[in-house]
Amino acid sequence: MKGVVTVTGGNKKKKVKTIKIDTDKCNGCRACEVICSAFHAAPKYSGNNPARSRIRVIRDPLADIYVPVHAGEYAVAECAGREKYTIDGKEYDECSFCRASCPSRPEFKEPDSGLPLKCDMCEGEEEPLCVKWCMVDALTYEEREEEAEEQEEQEELEIGLESLADKYGMQKLKDAIARMSKKD
Amino acid sequence: MRYAETGFNLEVDLTRGNIERVATDPGDTELYLGGLGTNAKILWDRVPPEVEPFSPDNLLIFAAGLLCGTPATGCNRTIVSTISPQTRLMAFSMMGGFWAPELKYAGYDKVILRGKSPDLVYLWINNDQVEIRDASHLQGKGAIETSELIRQELKEPKAQVAAIGLAGENRVYFASIEQSKSSASRGGIGAVMGDKGLKAIAVRGTKDVNIAQPVEFLELCNEVLEYIKFREENPIPGVMPILAGLGSPQEMKVHDEKWHTENFMWGNSRVRKKDFWNEEIAKEWTDTMENARRRLISCFNCPMECGATISLPGLPTYMMKCFTKLTYAMAAMSDLDFGLRIAQRATEYGVDGFSTPQVMAFALELYENGVLSDDDMPGMPSDTEGRFYWLLDKIVRREGIGDVLANGTYWAAKEIGNGAEAYAHNNIKKHEQLPLKLSMLNPIYFLMYATGEKINITQIEGQFPQAPYPKREQREEFVKDWFQVPDEKFKQYFLDWELRGEKSIPYYPTVEMTCDIVDWQERMHYIDDALGMCAGLSSFPLKPPYHIHNYPKFISSGAGIDMDEAKLTQAAKRYRTLVRAVNIRRGMRRKDDKPPENHWKKRFPELEKELLDGYYKFKGWNNDGVPTKESLHELGLDYVSGDFIKRGILTDNGGAPSKETSAENEKK
Repeated sequence: MKGVVTVTGGNKKKKVKTIKIDTDKCNGCRACEVICSAFHAAPKYSGNNPARSRIRVIRDPLADIYVPVHAGEYAVAECAGREKYTIDGKEYDECSFCRASCPSRPEFKEPDSGLPLKCDMCEGEEEPLCVKWCMVDALTYEEREEEAEEQEEQEELEIGLESLADKYGMQKLKDAIARMSKKD
Repeated sequence: MRYAETGFNLEVDLTRGNIERVATDPGDTELYLGGLGTNAKILWDRVPPEVEPFSPDNLLIFAAGLLCGTPATGCNRTIVSTISPQTRLMAFSMMGGFWAPELKYAGYDKVILRGKSPDLVYLWINNDQVEIRDASHLQGKGAIETSELIRQELKEPKAQVAAIGLAGENRVYFASIEQSKSSASRGGIGAVMGDKGLKAIAVRGTKDVNIAQPVEFLELCNEVLEYIKFREENPIPGVMPILAGLGSPQEMKVHDEKWHTENFMWGNSRVRKKDFWNEEIAKEWTDTMENARRRLISCFNCPMECGATISLPGLPTYMMKCFTKLTYAMAAMSDLDFGLRIAQRATEYGVDGFSTPQVMAFALELYENGVLSDDDMPGMPSDTEGRFYWLLDKIVRREGIGDVLANGTYWAAKEIGNGAEAYAHNNIKKHEQLPLKLSMLNPIYFLMYATGEKINITQIEGQFPQAPYPKREQREEFVKDWFQVPDEKFKQYFLDWELRGEKSIPYYPTVEMTCDIVDWQERMHYIDDALGMCAGLSSFPLKPPYHIHNYPKFISSGAGIDMDEAKLTQAAKRYRTLVRAVNIRRGMRRKDDKPPENHWKKRFPELEKELLDGYYKFKGWNNDGVPTKESLHELGLDYVSGDFIKRGILTDNGGAPSKETSAENEKK
């Protein structure tokens, strides 16, 4: 979910954008991954690559497991323990529902740089394109207003920097930025 | 930069264990597009007619179509081409699923395999890292089982795996290559894979596929999605349910099997059960399917749900699509529960769902008529269903009579002798056909059966309705929004087509019209097969979202190749002719262009001759079905006519030689 904070009449409201997921309806086709990665290509639609997608279908066809998950926050470390869920007789790994870009798995990271990816709800579009391209309605879109919580939005730049700092150490990152600044 | 395609093929020599990444010529893409088109070019260039199907020099090519891996909905097909052990002609079976796009994302358009591995191996393509790995521990494993084991041992759940089962390993002439719910089944290409000692190809890719004109291309994709929605909401009236919508026939979804069970033949394509379908059976079969089916599933980037996950008590889960639902049930004169159960084993063994049941029904017919005896069938159970399981096991293991049957009905009948050939009655070019026997010759279907070189009716039919509508008003309604036609004249052909009277089959559509109709239908299939588009969204259903008018735009904006309708038509004609040329060079002639004798009760030899003469002329082939020097020149295929002249297939002045000089196309 991404919150957009709007101030109306002194009360803080935020618009909550939600992608509702119905795993029973998912047909496993991965059109969501295709259009997501195409939309986020630069220039827009100039290429596509599901490995760069910010939504992934966690699938295990023979076990009848299909869970479309869209990328959430970047996590520095993987979870200490992992739960298993049994739903309708099917056993799911906890990661099947987790939206984090985390060290435990390749999902939600740029394949070349390893930088984390996060769903931005296709800003500027009427609805997220994964929803638009999901013709079996496994993904539907909902907007609603909620009382805003006091919460700062972590911007994409910061997420990227934080992950680089985690990967290389703050000092190296500072040095690199200093060097790059000199070049300019 | 290359667009839509990667510009690289993988060349794998299994004898030497050598792997090379080879840049391809963009000029070939312009001339032959990709997929089937460029496969045909490679087979022409590199597999001369002397090469036996099971020779190390035969190539086995796995190609992703030109637009696979782009956002074009439904474009996900792998086109597998080789020389078939059964027909001894070019086989180009195809499969949907997820394999072809993954290959593109790994950075390759094709995998070209030659040679033979001394031990059973599998190929692991992980982006730039490609290795041949030992598969001895996978020997005898089922095709689906193999895919799972490979994903586990590579610790790569996202790898897409195409594998053979025991049938492919044992070179059964109708062995398939299986990949999740999809399979490349026709023509025994799984046997060639087994002969090469290749158990599977696993692929994983995380690279980009580029688009030349992104905004234009996406707009076309969105239009297709919109039209799919429209067609889903507006099924075509007046045709049976499976022909009303899009996708491949919706066998997993539709429970009403009245049409198939009462119009298609049972047993060894012999018995028609005219009043089979009743409420009781409908209920029983619906329950069977509802209980077995866990989910309707799709191929890569496609909203159509043509497949299903099938879980039956006591059996491993597998995936199924289309008419295999009924082929085993009907061949064994049994029911849907049996059909779904035996299909599970057949899928793991990796065999074609059309040929296999027919081969088994053929064997039982021979047995019932005393051509095969108890000595040939030691230990065979007494019930038909038990016999089917018994035969299936014998065939894929090539044990006893199974070793003979594993070559398909044509070759088996020859080997069994004693009148067995009369029982192998449903073949075209040595290949088992759909179990259909009809009354009145249909000129369109006559030409399609006779000349379709994919040798499977579903791979040439499509665009034009299978039968006329009884009332003119219905026909007028049908043509109103029929914008897919390449020319307005097709609407008139259909408007004037009557159920009875002067303008009905077999003399209407006229020879000329029939040629136009068949050519259009075939052209659309060939374009699909080069682009990797599923026929279910294009050449197979009526009024599809992809057609001759938007395809050139998809190719221009996707692949960056300047394309228009005329150029695309010419390209499709070029590689279609090249497929013909490969087969002509292997001995195929007019004598082979014929449907099964008993396909129609009412035949018209004069008319059939006129149809074939007319169509050959239309196609630029001589009276023996050989493309002429002039027509080859027009297509830029002078290298083909040069070869034909050298081999005495054509004379220097372009005509046919007085007597046939090509090798008779028989097994040595």
